[in-house]
Amino acid sequence: MALLKRPRSGPSGTTTTPPRGADVVVVGAGIVGAACADELSAAGLSTVVVERAGVGTGTTGAGEGNILVSDKEPGPELALALLSNALWRRIGEEVAGSPGAGIALEAKGGIVVATGDAELAALHRFADRQRAAGVVAEPLDPARARELEPYLTPDLAGAVHYPQDMQVQPVLAAATLLHRARARGARLVTGAEVVGLARDRDGRIAAVRTTAGDVATRYVVNAAGLGAPAVAALAGAHLPVQPRRGFILVTEPLPPMVHAKVYDADYVSNVASDDSGLRTSTVVEATDGGTILIGASRERVGLDPGFRVDVLARLAQQAIRLFPALAGVRAIRAYRGFRPYLPDHLPVIGAEPAVPGLLHAAGHEGAGIGLAPATGRLIRQLVTGEEPALDPAPFRPDRPALRPSGVPA
Amino acid sequence: MTGRPELPGELRSAAAHERAGTAPGEPFEIGYGQARIPALPGETFGAALTAAGVRSWRRTRFGGRPRGLFCGIGACFDCLLPVNGGPPVRACLTEAAPGDTAAPPEAPLPRPAAPPPADDPGPPRGYDVAVVGAGPAGLAAALAAADRGQRVVLVDAGARPGGQYHRQPPRPFGARRPEALQPDGTARAAEAALTAHPLVTLHSGESVWAAEPAADGFTLHLTGGGAVRVRAVVVATGAHDLALPFPGWDLPGVFTAGGAQALVKGQLTLPGRRVVVAGTGPLLLPVAATLAEAGATVLGVFDANHPARWLRRLPAALGHAGRLREAAHYLRILRRHRIPVRYRRAVVAAHGGSGVEAVTLARLAPDWTPLPGARHRRRLAADAVAVGFGFVAGVELPLALGCATVPDPAGLPVVVTDHSGRTSVAGVYAAGEVTGVGGARLAAVEGELAGRAVAADLAATGPAPATGADARLRRRRARLRRFAAALAEVYPVRPGWRGWLDGDTLVCRCEEVPLSRIRHAVEDLAATEPRAVKLTTRAGMGMCQGRICGPALATLLAAGSGAGPGVDATPLAGRPIVAPVPLGTVAAAARPPDPGRGDHGLDSPAR
Ligand SMILES: Cc1cc2nc3c(=O)[nH]c(=O)nc-3n(C[C@H](O)[C@H](O)[C@H](O)COP(=O)(O)OP(=O)(O)OC[C@H]3O[C@@H](n4cnc5c(N)ncnc54)[C@H](O)[C@@H]3O)c2cc1C
Ligand SMILES: Cc1cc2nc3c(=O)[nH]c(=O)nc-3n(C[C@H](O)[C@H](O)[C@H](O)COP(=O)(O)OP(=O)(O)OC[C@H]3O[C@@H](n4cnc5c(N)ncnc54)[C@H](O)[C@@H]3O)c2cc1C
Ligand code: FES
Repeated sequence: MALLKRPRSGPSGTTTTPPRGADVVVVGAGIVGAACADELSAAGLSTVVVERAGVGTGTTGAGEGNILVSDKEPGPELALALLSNALWRRIGEEVAGSPGAGIALEAKGGIVVATGDAELAALHRFADRQRAAGVVAEPLDPARARELEPYLTPDLAGAVHYPQDMQVQPVLAAATLLHRARARGARLVTGAEVVGLARDRDGRIAAVRTTAGDVATRYVVNAAGLGAPAVAALAGAHLPVQPRRGFILVTEPLPPMVHAKVYDADYVSNVASDDSGLRTSTVVEATDGGTILIGASRERVGLDPGFRVDVLARLAQQAIRLFPALAGVRAIRAYRGFRPYLPDHLPVIGAEPAVPGLLHAAGHEGAGIGLAPATGRLIRQLVTGEEPALDPAPFRPDRPALRPSGVPA
Repeated sequence: MTGRPELPGELRSAAAHERAGTAPGEPFEIGYGQARIPALPGETFGAALTAAGVRSWRRTRFGGRPRGLFCGIGACFDCLLPVNGGPPVRACLTEAAPGDTAAPPEAPLPRPAAPPPADDPGPPRGYDVAVVGAGPAGLAAALAAADRGQRVVLVDAGARPGGQYHRQPPRPFGARRPEALQPDGTARAAEAALTAHPLVTLHSGESVWAAEPAADGFTLHLTGGGAVRVRAVVVATGAHDLALPFPGWDLPGVFTAGGAQALVKGQLTLPGRRVVVAGTGPLLLPVAATLAEAGATVLGVFDANHPARWLRRLPAALGHAGRLREAAHYLRILRRHRIPVRYRRAVVAAHGGSGVEAVTLARLAPDWTPLPGARHRRRLAADAVAVGFGFVAGVELPLALGCATVPDPAGLPVVVTDHSGRTSVAGVYAAGEVTGVGGARLAAVEGELAGRAVAADLAATGPAPATGADARLRRRRARLRRFAAALAEVYPVRPGWRGWLDGDTLVCRCEEVPLSRIRHAVEDLAATEPRAVKLTTRAGMGMCQGRICGPALATLLAAGSGAGPGVDATPLAGRPIVAPVPLGTVAAAARPPDPGRGDHGLDSPAR
């Protein structure tokens, strides 16, 4: 007798062979594919998710679970983040009751720390603009900041508190969203790679070819993360998603020491960086397992699998600068992931104009966990023709910044 | 007994002290909460607490489960103990000193505090060769390379060189016959030769926590701070015991077989008075013999496999008179102590409150499934269990350096080498258990071959001519490897062990993940990949980083019938941070300034 049964097949299960047909096929079972399947199945569409490896084993399994509004400048990404924030909160409540299906959602808030006066002034200006766009941002004087975070360095000029910031456990979240999609009839096919997109005489998507069989469908959602360009290319479309490497340090489990997500105000300038060199800016946060995550670096080095000790050293230095007591705490693990990014640092969410029936949901860079539910919502609305919850134009696949000529050399 | 002062505590083995001819210093006291407990100079906290009858000094974070020693060699992190208000240390490795105070489980966990700034480690020191691990393989490699003119730095996590097989009592025990517990004086001789060798620098009590390629060689980062720059690395990091879960396996008093052995050989302290030895493999006999000779009542040796399989492998065993004589020697000791040796039996549960009080033994079908029915089960009162199922190679460093591995017969990754220890990465060599389980003799032969090869490769520009001695060593290696392969066939891990578990049995001890949660992840959340299971359940994400549960988890998830082909634990074996290291030390590991060719004669390795 097998001790562990394979996942149940049938209407609520997973299979290794796809069904013959579906309304929509989602490519990729990362957080973005999971959120899309959740929304599409909720709209009553029969949905099949095809994943070449396992649930959350792409970038989703290598990310932290920060759901941040604090790091975003007013603009389309912040609008998406605010919608997502509300959706994550709702999802958290909905799944909290089901046994074992929690997603470890913690609405713990973020604290952005400025160590110098000039930095603090810049941070306050940034927060003012965010407030105008609907973000809750509360200035903290050093004493108040250290009341909230007693281990914080005494060397700080001031801070801003962002109570909307949250976190989830990314893989648990992806698996849980897929679980509820499956409960609505969606199918998850793991260990099957999408290798072809068949089109009808009008050029419209007609079927998806996978290594485990074909699925007839009218819609394909390309949520393949770093694999999204290859999936787009199956239909002759161009999608310039590229990897941006990041390292994270994990400490031994500790008694509660860091409460919110705490990071340096220089983070904001790093996120939007176009510099291909190394960037680090530390977000320090505790997980529900008691460990502290210190992340993350940003480097454009292709898919170089190496680990760089000097990069880990930078992360450790910055974390210790914020929390001096961390110097005596042991790191037990480091891990690495590759963020899928696009040249203008915005995801693509929308229909590929050249290929009717093909939609992209990819390129969320370092914010895919946070932005996933709103991405799923937009995709669903684009498929069903409902009124979109926010303006999808900035995320269009055919925006100028993504044209082959628009790609910087 | 001789004029040695009375040893405090019943579990300090007078017999072992006697045999090793110790002259320990005056016992002193350490604090344990409000209590004072005696310790001998050189003793670890783990041994002192065990000798004082304290089996558990920690409660787990989630379930409040008692924990104490388990693996005995620093791999499992069950024995964490806060000392002197500082962060928890591994009690099995950390030597107690007069004035030390350890915190009992009821004490609040110490609050992290910034340590005093460490001394600047200075720029990395340059050597020709780093040998990591000072077991039989590393000792032989270091000497062979140094004898051929290479400047060698030997880094070993142990307090004293020797590794597992040649584990010696601590120096302050003043043992005149440290090898008496391991009838082989190699370690002492090798230690003396190393210490005297002008070209060898020994770093004991330090681990390599990270390794990376650097210009013309490699940089190894040390837990003691600082780094070394070398042209070539010999990885001889050995292995730890393969442990398989069963109900109660995390009760204090359950040790790995090697862990029980290490406590007796290294600390001359018994894990308990009434001990059951179980699991499978050739290590069970020496462990039982060591325990019995040191004064424990060994209730039996219970091997889940059956030696009848040996008959089929007889040709491979012949020609290994030494190994067979060694086994006969251990069996004689067991007979003298009237210790039964039984086959197709396993400890399928351990019972007790704060520590083991009894075990359930079960008869097994050939695939290790317990035979149904109460008459095939027996309860035995015992205060310690020594259980081992083989070994897990310490492949983190070679994986970090990009060396190719293959799954061994149990599905666990081991490093691939040529007949002289060269791995798939130029400049990286491997020897001993890290290349596959084969015992101390094979490890020493492989170490010598690797030491010779690294010296030849660094010295020559063309392929080094093989000498007659090289050829003889290679033949010995081939012969010992055939024997090891035969052993692996006789002592496989069989899938039926999964039938020992119930839903509440912890698979991951660190994060306290029971089998039921892994089932939920696989069956309900469709997390079928080992990595997906890890990320959804936290199994393998705790202090030991899956060193203990990884192999079991891989077997549980294997699509086929269990261990053997189909299991590949490699995805769970990569650990770029090889050993826990304070963030302050990580922060100091900024890019090392290149020591430069001029200073250190760094040249690209010849291969
Ligand atoms: C170090 C680091 C830290 C991060 N921290 C955060 C954070 O705190 N907050 C946050 O919001 N984001 C964070 N991110 C970013 C976040 O992890 C990503 O944006 C997000 O996981 C992307 O999800 P995805 O579903 O698009 O891609 P993936 O998770 O990569 O999923 C794509 C899936 O598609 C599958 N696939 C690809 N090609 C095919 C094919 N042809 N057929 C079938 N399947 C295919 C892949 O196997 C993969 O599973 C971080 C990332 C890194 C690297
Ligand atoms: C706990 C235990 C007890 C054993 N007892 C016996 C026994 O009594 N009899 C017997 O025949 N066999 C025993 N064995 C089997 C043993 O593995 C081999 O017989 C033999 O010791 C293997 O030699 P080796 O040189 O390959 O590795 P080992 O002897 O294991 O030596 C490896 C050394 O490398 C060090 N090391 C590992 N990683 C690092 C790092 N990152 N940085 C620095 N140092 C590092 C370790 O501390 C260790 O000292 C035991 C095994 C274990 C695990
Ligand atoms: S017993 Fe100390 S680490 Fe395992």
